[in-house]
Amino acid sequence: MSKDGSRLGLILLMAPLLLWLVTLIILPHIGLFVVSLSEKVGVRTYETGFGNYAVFFTEPLYWNTFARTAYMSIMATALTLLIGFPVAYYIAKLTRGRSKTTLFLMCLIPFWVSELVRTFGWMILLRETGVLSSFLQYLGVINGPVEFLYNDFAIMTGLVYTSMLFMVVPLVTTLDSLDDSLIEAGYDLGASSLSILREIIIPHAMPGIVSGCIVVFMLSLGNYLTPILLGGKDSLWFTGLIYSQFITRFNWELGSAFGFLLLGLSSVIVFAALKLTGQSLGKTMGR
Amino acid sequence: MITGIPQSSTFKWTYRAYITLFFIYLALPLVTVCAFAFNDSVFPSMPWDGFTWDWFFGTETPRIGVFHERPILRSIVTSGFVAFWVASLSVLVGTCNAFLFVRHDFPGKSFLYILMLLPLIIPGIILGISILVFSSAIANRLEDATGLWFDGLRPGLILVILGQFSFITTFATLVISARLQKFDPSLEEAALNLGASKWGAIRSITLPFLFPAMAAAAVVAVLMSFENFNTTLMLVGSDAPLTVTMFDRLKLGSTPVLNAVSLLLMLASAALGLLSLVLRR
Amino acid sequence: MTDVPDLECRALSKRFDSFEAVKAISFEVPKGSFFSILGPSGCGKTTLLRMIAGFQAPTSGDLRIKGRSVLDVPPNKRPVSMVFQHLALFPMMNIGANVGFGLRQRGVGKAQIKAQVDRVLERVGLAGVADRSVDSLSGGQKQRVAIARCMVLEPDVLLLDEPLGALDLKLREHMKIELKRLQSEFNTTFVYITHDQSEALVMSDQIAVMNRGVFEQIGTAKELYYEPKTAFVAGFVGEANKYRAKVSRANGKQLELLTEDGIALHGLDAGGGLRPGDAAQVFVRPEAIRLSRRAADTQDLGNASAGVVDSVLFNGANSQLILRDAANGAEISVALPQTGAFRDLNKGDTVYFGWEPEQTRCYRAEG
Repeated sequence: MSKDGSRLGLILLMAPLLLWLVTLIILPHIGLFVVSLSEKVGVRTYETGFGNYAVFFTEPLYWNTFARTAYMSIMATALTLLIGFPVAYYIAKLTRGRSKTTLFLMCLIPFWVSELVRTFGWMILLRETGVLSSFLQYLGVINGPVEFLYNDFAIMTGLVYTSMLFMVVPLVTTLDSLDDSLIEAGYDLGASSLSILREIIIPHAMPGIVSGCIVVFMLSLGNYLTPILLGGKDSLWFTGLIYSQFITRFNWELGSAFGFLLLGLSSVIVFAALKLTGQSLGKTMGR
Repeated sequence: MITGIPQSSTFKWTYRAYITLFFIYLALPLVTVCAFAFNDSVFPSMPWDGFTWDWFFGTETPRIGVFHERPILRSIVTSGFVAFWVASLSVLVGTCNAFLFVRHDFPGKSFLYILMLLPLIIPGIILGISILVFSSAIANRLEDATGLWFDGLRPGLILVILGQFSFITTFATLVISARLQKFDPSLEEAALNLGASKWGAIRSITLPFLFPAMAAAAVVAVLMSFENFNTTLMLVGSDAPLTVTMFDRLKLGSTPVLNAVSLLLMLASAALGLLSLVLRR
Repeated sequence: MTDVPDLECRALSKRFDSFEAVKAISFEVPKGSFFSILGPSGCGKTTLLRMIAGFQAPTSGDLRIKGRSVLDVPPNKRPVSMVFQHLALFPMMNIGANVGFGLRQRGVGKAQIKAQVDRVLERVGLAGVADRSVDSLSGGQKQRVAIARCMVLEPDVLLLDEPLGALDLKLREHMKIELKRLQSEFNTTFVYITHDQSEALVMSDQIAVMNRGVFEQIGTAKELYYEPKTAFVAGFVGEANKYRAKVSRANGKQLELLTEDGIALHGLDAGGGLRPGDAAQVFVRPEAIRLSRRAADTQDLGNASAGVVDSVLFNGANSQLILRDAANGAEISVALPQTGAFRDLNKGDTVYFGWEPEQTRCYRAEG
């Protein structure tokens, strides 16, 4: 085939990719940025400026919510890692054959179900007339119905639950690829379990830890369902602010600025995590 | 399995107990949702008032079962419609991308690859609002210029499909690329050597090899489309897909009919998920 | 000078469910020696080694290092180190950190670790590589790092789990000599397991041939080669022509046998206790067979016959001749003498051959 022919083939192959990325990712984000820079000064008249961003910084409710969302998301990520790591290690290294497949599937199945259904489950469990409250009353631990919903604990439970898969799967994959003899060699050379964990297992699992953390952090930060349904009207989650600016208040300019701030926050933290651990985006995400 | 490292039995049992607790935690909300689909009460909450099939087959208010609840049935059809288009488009584009990234070298390849991965780290709600803002801006311009209406660019099913497609394509690309990487190019070369044309070789050798991954990607796309909420919420018009309908019901407080829908959804998702795993073997 | 062996196993056994991998093995490894365990895959040698290292607990028996039982000592506290089959160098650390790993676990000071690491790397001929990554080394160098990583801890016994298996042939030949040199350099007891007889024969002071969970024979390379005690050893160590035969007459150790094809053989009872009528397995080494162009030269050897050249497998010093016995058509391989006297031998030529009864080792046939 001629060189021109293969060149044409390359262009044809690249066309859908470029069409997708340009029209659905790049241009919309540029558009979002442009809108975030326009201030409404009258009916259908706009000026360019950073006014929307100024509103964000002058209104404590906004940046408090922003900081709270970031903080809670980081906490949720750390918790998910702490809870998920032993489970991933167990699946990857302490089981084999059929029981390994079964355990892994048991981890996967809950996440094929819509997040809405999962959150609904937690609502039934935690609400005042819910299962947990009734169970504790039955045990006599509490006297009357107790509301476990609509607080930070409920939000955290839901966030960790909803993100667990995205932590466990990359961890199992990287831990699976750790040669058992490395662990044995460490042990043979006199290491304790703790120093094997610190010096061999964790460094090896680092790409999995980073990719798991990035995805979980991003999912928590961008989550809307869980904070709204489990945290209630006053859950103070930043995506809630974006939603209300767009849908309820119809202030798209401020909403776009909020969106851009959220995007900036997630990019900064993802970038910092990659830099700190010496990983690259292509290596950790492109599996 | 590491059998070589001796561990105290206390440690072993604690570890096992932890794993058991973890799986109870995983199963708890799902089991609860399913259980309350059969509660003979108009609220999906305690106390347990006995067993009923009403939330599946009931016909009289307030006990209308899923199979007679028109708005829910309609939203399932809407979701199915969206999922079909998202899956078709993303598998098509994902296959092209896989060939592009696995088979070709060109300047700026790694940059494009990173760009292709970006939708993974953009929060879904931002994808939603950016597409909303952008398409509205275009619609405004076009309408101002032509005086015609461009409904397809206003919130509605087309935008929902595009919004979900915008990030599900990345997953499809990754799934299909992984399989294409395992393909031995010498098979294609053998076909060429035996007289096949380039496209003929791809169609008769490579695509059949890729088919399981494409099918798996389609199943994953359907699953993700069905359960997507964040992006969809920002782009939805008058025809709401299932998750948005359920969300609206949930906010208002609802009858266990939602549990019944959830149960059916779980069964369907589990079946589709298992199918995708089998296909990816 | 005490004569407490560095390693001693007493009736060591390991049972997995219904399968007995190691059956009551007892042996001693004297200080400073190179001890090999040679056997086919699945013979239990890996299980035995992992028990010594502490990664598997024996079902019964005792394991002593320098006279002290180590059954209760976990692998990270045992005075043995192991070179793993694929070396198990830590890819997340550089070479220096790999070699210093064990010392760090002991809480040795940083400066001292560095000094010791440098010294041991120098001893294995890799001075100045401490800051490089593991991947920058060749296969043979990795091998030496793996050994250095163990030797820096000055273990009483170094265990090696077929570490040469992954290397290519040429490097493997070189590493055999290298390993032997390192062993005498460090003067540490090496326990080496392998399925490759030439590795074991070249390097070891003592070799145990293992089969189906038991040691068939322990001895020096020469003993195993020239005086195999069992049919398994005779067949596994070195090349041999094999016959199935029946004992027709026994006179002490001298036997007369009749093969299945009706050829009479004269041999030596190597296992002991063969009586007339017993079924026997007969082994003759290719290099024990003498060749001649004249029948008269081989007639007096005790076993003599004529054969037609089937093929000449020329391989320099290891050249072989495949003959078909004129009497029964049986295939016999004969080492081709390197004098050049048979250089012009071609397929289809007839030659005479024979061997001494002393070179004809007979064992009781199993089953």
